[in-house]
Amino acid sequence: MRLPLLALLAKEPAHGYELKQALEQTFGAAYPRANIGQVYVTLGRLEKAGLIEGRDVAQDGKPDKRVYAITDTGRQEVAKWLSEPSEGPRVRDEFFLKLVLAPETQLADRLTLINNQRRHYLNVMRGLNRMAAEERGNQVSQLLIEGAVLHLQADLDWLERCQEELT
Amino acid sequence: MTDQDTAVPVLRATGLVKTHRAARGGAEVRAVRGVDLGVGRGDFVAVTGPSGAGKSTLLHLLAGLRRPDAGEIHLDGRRVDTLREADWAVLRRRRIGIVFQTGNLVSDLTVADNIELPALLAGHSARAARERREELLTDLGLADRADAAPAALSGGERQRAALARALVNDPDLLFADEPTGSLDSRSAREVLALLTRHHAKGRTIVLVTHDARVAGSADRVVSLFDGLITDDARVDDTPPARGIRDVLDLGG
Repeated sequence: MRLPLLALLAKEPAHGYELKQALEQTFGAAYPRANIGQVYVTLGRLEKAGLIEGRDVAQDGKPDKRVYAITDTGRQEVAKWLSEPSEGPRVRDEFFLKLVLAPETQLADRLTLINNQRRHYLNVMRGLNRMAAEERGNQVSQLLIEGAVLHLQADLDWLERCQEELT
Repeated sequence: MTDQDTAVPVLRATGLVKTHRAARGGAEVRAVRGVDLGVGRGDFVAVTGPSGAGKSTLLHLLAGLRRPDAGEIHLDGRRVDTLREADWAVLRRRRIGIVFQTGNLVSDLTVADNIELPALLAGHSARAARERREELLTDLGLADRADAAPAALSGGERQRAALARALVNDPDLLFADEPTGSLDSRSAREVLALLTRHHAKGRTIVLVTHDARVAGSADRVVSLFDGLITDDARVDDTPPARGIRDVLDLGG
């Protein structure tokens, strides 16, 4: 959350709640909902590191709100983040550990594990289908969902390979 | 589903076996090795599995496009695997709609004529056939493509036209073999939305797919491996506890 918040502040100064809303509006329902407490904690850390500067602004009848602006160091940090390639997600290895070790334990068989895992993926897929229908019109959200769908497709294909080889 | 529907599934297959014999003494391949499958009215069943698992063969057997070596198929409680080809042809015109991966439209007919043809073959009046055709063209977003030749359509449009043709006689049962197999992501979503809509209207759908989105839309997913069913899962609408978050964990 640290760098996305910093990137949002590279556009214009904002307070914590505005940043939470900007994240949600940009990425839609497919993006994990930002926790406001986590936003404030992250902003505090960014300020301590000199990447942003906070300024208290008085409000009528409400406590002051703290508006943050990015510093030059912060801007450099965002530029560096944008210039670096990102790591791809790694193979979900916990399931694979279970699958390989299951027969040794004599507590579960591989086909049952594979079937349970497939059912889980299909349920997730169903959720994504529903979300794609609800988020129609939000392009960013659609692309995010499509990315998740493609990953899930790879997971299901891999599960098939595991079943072909190991059962 | 009521008890009565459960009692007589719209489609019931027992002990299906189909062996392919390669030409000139080649090896025998047992594509379907003993499949039992009941499909209730209004079910949306997706058959998945790796290529070579026997998915398409199974679908072809169920739709009467090929005959099983052993086993029985019952449609509404009536045994149909013993029917002659001519009787199957009637069933396929009146009760069964089929969509293939490549659409299989007649290339020198317009989209509208392609859709209308099965209705005329089934003995509907020209007027009734035309009305039904217009309805489907509109429903599937093809109204402005009615006079186009199939070759002029995009992949998604062609598949929707094939779907319209399969639906023109209002079949109880719709079979589809990899209906999104040759489509880009956006067209696949369109076809998927149509299937989901027709399922919601109560149509029974059995399809073969390798597309996770399609399988995730079905309410039952049958896994076929090496000619045998290895899982038969109901997919319900209970959202997974943290599944979506797992897939969408963006870090950062």
